[in-house]
Amino acid sequence: MGASQTRSDHEHQHLTDKTGFSLEQIKNLHKRFQQLSGNEETISKEDLDRIPALANNPIKKQIIGAFFDKRNQHQDEVGSCDEIGFEQFLMVMSHFRPPTLKTTDEEKEAMRKEKLRFLFNMHDTDNDGTITLEEYRKVVEELLSKSGAIGQEAAKAIADAAMLEVASTNVPHMAPDDFYEGITFEHFEQILKGLEMESRMHIRFLDVDTTTMRCGKSTS
Amino acid sequence: MTSRRGSHSPAGFGKSLPERGLLLLVLLVLLEGSVLPLGAAGSPDTSHHTKAGNSAGNGTGNVTHKKAFPVLSLDYHHIQTPFEISLWVLLASLMKLGFHLIPRLSGIVPESCLLIVVGLMVGGLIKLAGEEVPPVLDSQFFFLCLLPPIILDAGYFLPIRPFMENLGTILIFAVIGTLWNAFFIGGLLYAVCQIQPANPSNLHQLELLPCLLFGSIVSAVDPVAVLAVFEEIHINELLHILVFGESLLNDAVTVVLYHLFEEFSEVGTVTVLDCVLGIISFLVVACGGVLVGAIYGILAAFTSRFTSHTRVIEPLFVFVYSYMAYLSAEMFHLSGIMALIACGAVMRPYVEANISHKSHTTIKYFLKMWSSVSETLIFIFLGVATVDGKHDWNWTFVTVTVILCLVARVIGVVGLTYMINKFRIVKLTTKDQFIIAYGGLRGAIAFSLGFLLKKELFPLREMFLTAIITVIFFTVFVQGMTIKPLVELLAVKKKQEAKRSINEEIHTQFLDHLLTGIEDICGHYGHHHWKDKLNRFNKKYVKKCLIAGERSKEPQLIAFYHKLEMKQAIELVESGGGVKMPSAMPSTVSMQNIQPKKPPLAKPVERALPQLPKGREEEIRKILRSNLQRTRQRLRSYNRHTLVADPYEDGLGDLLIKKQKMIELEKKIKDMNNYLTVPAAPPDSPTMCRARLASGKDTDFKPAQQQKGNTIGPDPQAYHTKSVSDSVPAIQVDLASPQSPDSVNMMDEFRRAGQQQQQQEDQGLTMRPPSRPGEAGGARDPQKLTRCLSDPGPSADEEEDEPFLP
Repeated sequence: MGASQTRSDHEHQHLTDKTGFSLEQIKNLHKRFQQLSGNEETISKEDLDRIPALANNPIKKQIIGAFFDKRNQHQDEVGSCDEIGFEQFLMVMSHFRPPTLKTTDEEKEAMRKEKLRFLFNMHDTDNDGTITLEEYRKVVEELLSKSGAIGQEAAKAIADAAMLEVASTNVPHMAPDDFYEGITFEHFEQILKGLEMESRMHIRFLDVDTTTMRCGKSTS
Repeated sequence: MTSRRGSHSPAGFGKSLPERGLLLLVLLVLLEGSVLPLGAAGSPDTSHHTKAGNSAGNGTGNVTHKKAFPVLSLDYHHIQTPFEISLWVLLASLMKLGFHLIPRLSGIVPESCLLIVVGLMVGGLIKLAGEEVPPVLDSQFFFLCLLPPIILDAGYFLPIRPFMENLGTILIFAVIGTLWNAFFIGGLLYAVCQIQPANPSNLHQLELLPCLLFGSIVSAVDPVAVLAVFEEIHINELLHILVFGESLLNDAVTVVLYHLFEEFSEVGTVTVLDCVLGIISFLVVACGGVLVGAIYGILAAFTSRFTSHTRVIEPLFVFVYSYMAYLSAEMFHLSGIMALIACGAVMRPYVEANISHKSHTTIKYFLKMWSSVSETLIFIFLGVATVDGKHDWNWTFVTVTVILCLVARVIGVVGLTYMINKFRIVKLTTKDQFIIAYGGLRGAIAFSLGFLLKKELFPLREMFLTAIITVIFFTVFVQGMTIKPLVELLAVKKKQEAKRSINEEIHTQFLDHLLTGIEDICGHYGHHHWKDKLNRFNKKYVKKCLIAGERSKEPQLIAFYHKLEMKQAIELVESGGGVKMPSAMPSTVSMQNIQPKKPPLAKPVERALPQLPKGREEEIRKILRSNLQRTRQRLRSYNRHTLVADPYEDGLGDLLIKKQKMIELEKKIKDMNNYLTVPAAPPDSPTMCRARLASGKDTDFKPAQQQKGNTIGPDPQAYHTKSVSDSVPAIQVDLASPQSPDSVNMMDEFRRAGQQQQQQEDQGLTMRPPSRPGEAGGARDPQKLTRCLSDPGPSADEEEDEPFLP
């Protein structure tokens, strides 16, 4: 036990440097990871699929997909994998770290880009660097998928309006024959400037271990 | 009225009776009533007038009985109170108007300062004239009439999202911060008063409890003052909601402390039990206030569910229920401010879904109007009251108060932020702390509370009032005037003015779900999780009860989209037709971007299709022209009356515009989509599309339109059957409803807008009958013809790329 403890501590130290989580946070997340995977080394889509709280989430599929997307691993790989280890799990989670008081402006900017890139990748399913209208429609459809028939039909109109908005704000002067192929990352940044992603796209990662007491993978 | 008057002045009547004949009696009663109205007022100084008038009347009465019936008479007392109130309101409004006419002045000095100065001058003038200054800032009047509109405005338009996200911080500042301030100021003030036995004044008589009471009065940040200053400096949302939220929520603390200390001052002793009761009382006051407000808010929302047939009184419900909430809370000495805030915030989402767009605008304007007049009056009255009141200027007391206020605020904010930052994810920076501390302005609420103190219990009431006024003036003038330059100097982040775009809304929602999902995966139930739960509960149960009809099921995103469309449609209509397309969604640019794609699409179609014989073409053109003329006539009537004057708006017109826009957008996108998905579009496919369309079976568009009709309107028939090309049920349905001319005309206007734009762009459009008779006119002939022939007016399904040229 003791040996494995020190080994995992060492590993965690390595992960701390890589992802920016604190040691306690990593321990907490590791516990959760093991819960989800059933003490396996890796986690599969089905494992995440079984989380009961996720059942009502309209974008469940995309969220789970993002975990298995290689683009979110900070390596220049594309495509998706079937199973991820703890390190990859952490890498995905690290996109949701909040900024701290010590974060400098440049770091904040980098953080913002990273978070936006994560979102962008979620939308850009075919990894061609643009979110096409098809893809955008899909996003909105998913978003409204819990609201029945109304949602499905309105989704298209909304996505179209949103696409028009992007096109008009980013490419103000298009020649008559041009057409807007899709949202590039630069345009994506542009349209979401007002949202202040760096200070909004985060969750609270617990420092203290309360996960097992309060919730965890419900056994029912 | 005259008889009433007569009977009200029995003295004059009785005196004159024995000297007059019975015949003259009636006439004299009439005379008395109208000529000598002052007698009716019954005030001591006017009774003299009455007698004089009477005796004069008697003197002349003997000589000439037939005094002419008074054509014009003066009866000021009869109208005095409302007249003076109106005069004050008028003065306030004119002042507000005046400041904004002098551009440089309002740039340097905040309005609140100027208004106080005006109040000072007015008060001075009244004093100079030797009149008695009216007790303008009477507490009763202030709390029951002036304050509620401002708070309701704040509560109704409270940005709920940032407020809830920062609720913890706000509560800590409001509760602990205010408590700290009160006790720090009160305690140290007492200490200062005690260590100066050599002071010639009677300061050392001051006991601890009055000091604490004074501290609690003067420590609360004032929402009115904060609003007035912060609205002008356009600070970022976070800081605004922190300071403003604090000023709203500290009301409960202030109310409790005030009553507590007032009570204790009478009794003189404080036990531990009293402290415990005080804490319980605080919880009751705060939660009770919120509860009362929430109950009334739900009632208001529920009522608004049934107002679809009496739109005119819709706004009234909002105001009356809120006022009832305020009064009910005040009745139990609960926090009226919190009740109002809760009421406004609770009712708003549901009420807005239920009421018509015009009612919404009415509510908005009424609230803004009332609150801004109230605010103006409060500041003017503050000035007047300053001149009016008896002052007891004590240098020590006043200076110590001001300094303690500043010090307590700074220490409080820095200390609490240190604590809060341990829990906050987005930390408060030093700059933020500075602005929060500096934005702690005091205002008229403190003054009114001080005004309420009883002279018998607090012999130093005048000194308290003077000190309170000094603090108010100091914060409003010094801090209020310097905060703007300081904000610039520190480069504090400002509020972005940009309006919310649909993309941002989509991603806000997306982010909410994403973060909830990630939290769930992490297995820790944080804010997002609970918010999601609450949202789902709201959607599942609450909305169904409180929102009528289809809209209860409408997801937020769709609701937002509709609102956006709505706004654009209205902008479009108000801009007077067609020169500018709505700004946000299909902006001018993107329209250019999309529309030019049609010509290359359309041209081959035209060529490909068989041409019409000339005679037939003429016929079509005539029909088109007459149609257009009718459109114009209706347009005119619509502009003059319906939009402006019709209060019985039903929302139908709005819906129709919405639908219309959706359909058109759909088509545009369809065209765009052709391009987007098939970049190098082979000429065939769109051509085929067009050809099919032209041959009378616009199957391409039908499904889309039908869908739209189904989804959005409450009356889907309007677009349902429209695809049956020769009968146009859209119009028929419209005619059946009382609003028909309105709605049809709005559609016309809208369509015309689109057409005009196309005319401007003028790039080989499909149908241009007059100028290019050969190729265009016949393109969609058979169907068009039948459609036009049977059309009473422009139908809903005419495509916008068909310009009817006169």
